[in-house]
Amino acid sequence: MERSFEQYFRQNRLPHLWCPGCGNGIATKAIVQAIEKKGLDRDKTIIVSGIGCSSRASGYMDFDTLHTAHGRAIPFATGIKLANPELNVIVITGDGDCTAIGGNHFIHGCRRNVDLTVVLFNNNIYGMTGGQASPMTPTGKKATTAPYGAVDPTFDACRLAEAAGATYVARSTAYHVPHLTDMIAGGIENKGFSFIEAMVQCPTAFGRKNKMADPAKLMMWMRDNAVMKAAWDKLPEDKKTGDKFPIGLLYQDEGVDYATAYDHVIEVAGGAK
Amino acid sequence: MRKQIRLSGSGGQGVITAAIIYAEAAVAEGKEAVQSQSYGPEARGGASKSEVIIDDGPIYHPHVKTPDVVLAMTQKAADKYYGDLHEDGILVLDTDLVPEPPAFKNIVRVPITKIAIEQVGKSLFANIVALGVLTKIIGLVDLETVKTAVSHRVPPHTIEANMKALQLGYDAVK
Amino acid sequence: MSKARLMQGNEACAEGALAAGVRFFGGYPITPSTEIAEGMAKLLPQVGGKFVQMEDEIASMGVVLGASLAGKKALTASSGPGISLKQELIGYAAAAEIPVVIVNVQRVGPSTGQPTAPSQGDVMQARWGTHGDHPMIALSPWSVREAFDTAVMAVNYSERFRTPVILLMDEIVGHLREKVELPSAEEIEVYPRRQPDKTRAEGYQPYAPAEDLVPNIADFGQGYHIHVTGLIHDETGFPVGSPKVTREAIDRMHKKIDIARDEITHVEEYCMEDAEYAVVAFGGTARTAYEAVLAAREKGIKVGMVRLVTIWPFADKAIKALAAKVKGILVAELNYGQIVGEVERAAAGQCPVELCAKYDMTIFEPEEILEGIEDLVAGGNK
Repeated sequence: MERSFEQYFRQNRLPHLWCPGCGNGIATKAIVQAIEKKGLDRDKTIIVSGIGCSSRASGYMDFDTLHTAHGRAIPFATGIKLANPELNVIVITGDGDCTAIGGNHFIHGCRRNVDLTVVLFNNNIYGMTGGQASPMTPTGKKATTAPYGAVDPTFDACRLAEAAGATYVARSTAYHVPHLTDMIAGGIENKGFSFIEAMVQCPTAFGRKNKMADPAKLMMWMRDNAVMKAAWDKLPEDKKTGDKFPIGLLYQDEGVDYATAYDHVIEVAGGAK
Repeated sequence: MRKQIRLSGSGGQGVITAAIIYAEAAVAEGKEAVQSQSYGPEARGGASKSEVIIDDGPIYHPHVKTPDVVLAMTQKAADKYYGDLHEDGILVLDTDLVPEPPAFKNIVRVPITKIAIEQVGKSLFANIVALGVLTKIIGLVDLETVKTAVSHRVPPHTIEANMKALQLGYDAVK
Repeated sequence: MSKARLMQGNEACAEGALAAGVRFFGGYPITPSTEIAEGMAKLLPQVGGKFVQMEDEIASMGVVLGASLAGKKALTASSGPGISLKQELIGYAAAAEIPVVIVNVQRVGPSTGQPTAPSQGDVMQARWGTHGDHPMIALSPWSVREAFDTAVMAVNYSERFRTPVILLMDEIVGHLREKVELPSAEEIEVYPRRQPDKTRAEGYQPYAPAEDLVPNIADFGQGYHIHVTGLIHDETGFPVGSPKVTREAIDRMHKKIDIARDEITHVEEYCMEDAEYAVVAFGGTARTAYEAVLAAREKGIKVGMVRLVTIWPFADKAIKALAAKVKGILVAELNYGQIVGEVERAAAGQCPVELCAKYDMTIFEPEEILEGIEDLVAGGNK
């Protein structure tokens, strides 16, 4: 049976290099299903990624794809979008790539409101390099560079995106696949900087260090702790404790995207055709 | 015919703009011109210096070696920048801002800033008054050409005041 | 009024890039290169192009590479610490073969150094600043007009060879204003973006080299579904972890420039017909060196000047021939001694090579280089 999402993959580049039980494949599939759902022209859709486990996704996807340098996906994507605004530009990044080495690019991408859809595969760890702590490793959890548990407080990338000026901010998980697809599709729909945090399980680098080496258990943790936004909002503050976290469309705002705003500059300068 | 001119003062007096306008005027008359700002250690302490070289032939080394004219709009600039003047050169000083003229034989003192404040209305025009003074003293570029160059550089609503400043400076040299 | 006008070097650089077809600029403010960004911010939207001020130098480099991949000729400009920050993605451009021009208006370093003072201390950084083996093209103008011309050349070379090109300006030329007459659009040759030579059905491979060893990589959005990466890759563009592919990829990267070396290595000669000695100089320093040569000639010294317009690849052939002809070479450069090593290497002991160095934030005076010439002659007559 031909599954429609398969046409979006470079079959000759598969199988992928991700570990058994990794959530990155689920998130990648959710992206192509969102692309299919929105009916994007594949010849006009560009996938841009940084460096890390998440960012290997671009190589498997049958579009024009760009595997950039560590942390730099958003500046490259900004250049692509501004140079040719008719292109749909989707960025795949990871928690280390986006919020550590690429943190400055992330907040300024949000601020400019460039029409990009950024999907952060959050596996809470640097997986490609073997399990070092990232800014999104929960405090107290172990990593090879945090053998006694992470000391650092963590980033909430969604709140960061909202504060920095993104006009669409959502979160979902590898457990909630149709929901994740919808969240990404909504980001594609938004004409502006859209940020979707896709929580993905990493049984190898994160799980094994933290007594959660079974991918199914990691996914059950997502199931048990994710709370839909509407329910989350009704939850009293004293119940928003432990591992509980909200998923869904967390924030949306109106705003002129950068390319449209710059069209006005071109008009004022007399460069409009 | 090579003319080497140095304009000096403190930051904000507009000596660099004056130098650029003079060089632009020289180019408009078909001459070769280079203009540079020196960022040497001497440019510290708020001092501002710009140099213009004008010639009929090509100009390579871009800095003034032995100036023919030095304009100094502050005491500090006067003390610092007149030393290498050509012995037949001219030192142009703002009368009020350089109360103690250096010991040099050819000095022209003009109350440049005072003219700008009292007759044009703002000290802001001092650099254009100075440009008028220099145009007359150097005698290399036509006043009309300098006027055109000024009008191309300044905001349109200030052209009239700038023309007045230029003329006042030009006429202030006896 | 003639077409001649007074123009600043940085301004001429922006005009040149525009004339060569640059339609995208990403940058970050830094002295003494800022006027290039300011010029582009004003000029680009007038021709339908785009200027974007990025959050840092790394992002500035990333955004121009993205724009170039999407089909726009792109430029960035910086100085000192900014150029150090850009090195990561200059290497990316070399590896992924993305056309881009990086202007470096050199200032005194290392580190923050002397932010507004002239220097030529980034010669070796231009060649080797990013990690790994890679080719490099760098050009250095000595006049405002040449800032325009080399900007055009830099853009053309970057497109023709699909490689990063560094326009190695210095503060002397960047901030100098002088009389200049710019060529008309018809007089300027512009190298167009290379286009794919096959369809996907015909087996198009983005990184398959054309006859000149340069690949005809499609722009994003043309329907080729190409993959671009900074990992070592084969003709398909996909990473391959094999010794053979690695060696071949690095070989081709170098060879595509090497086989065109004679064409892109420009030197200019002055007073060399009967010269017994030569000064080698480049950029703004060559202006002063030339006056020193003229002054030496007045003293009866038969000296000429060889000016390097192309810094990288180095003018090995020209310097080798020069060393065979003259009794001695003086290298004048505004640094502790960088290009002198290349001159020595190319001269290969055929004649003495002396260094006239200056690194005190002021430019050379003609007398200083004249003294160097006189010492060189005296040494040769010992």
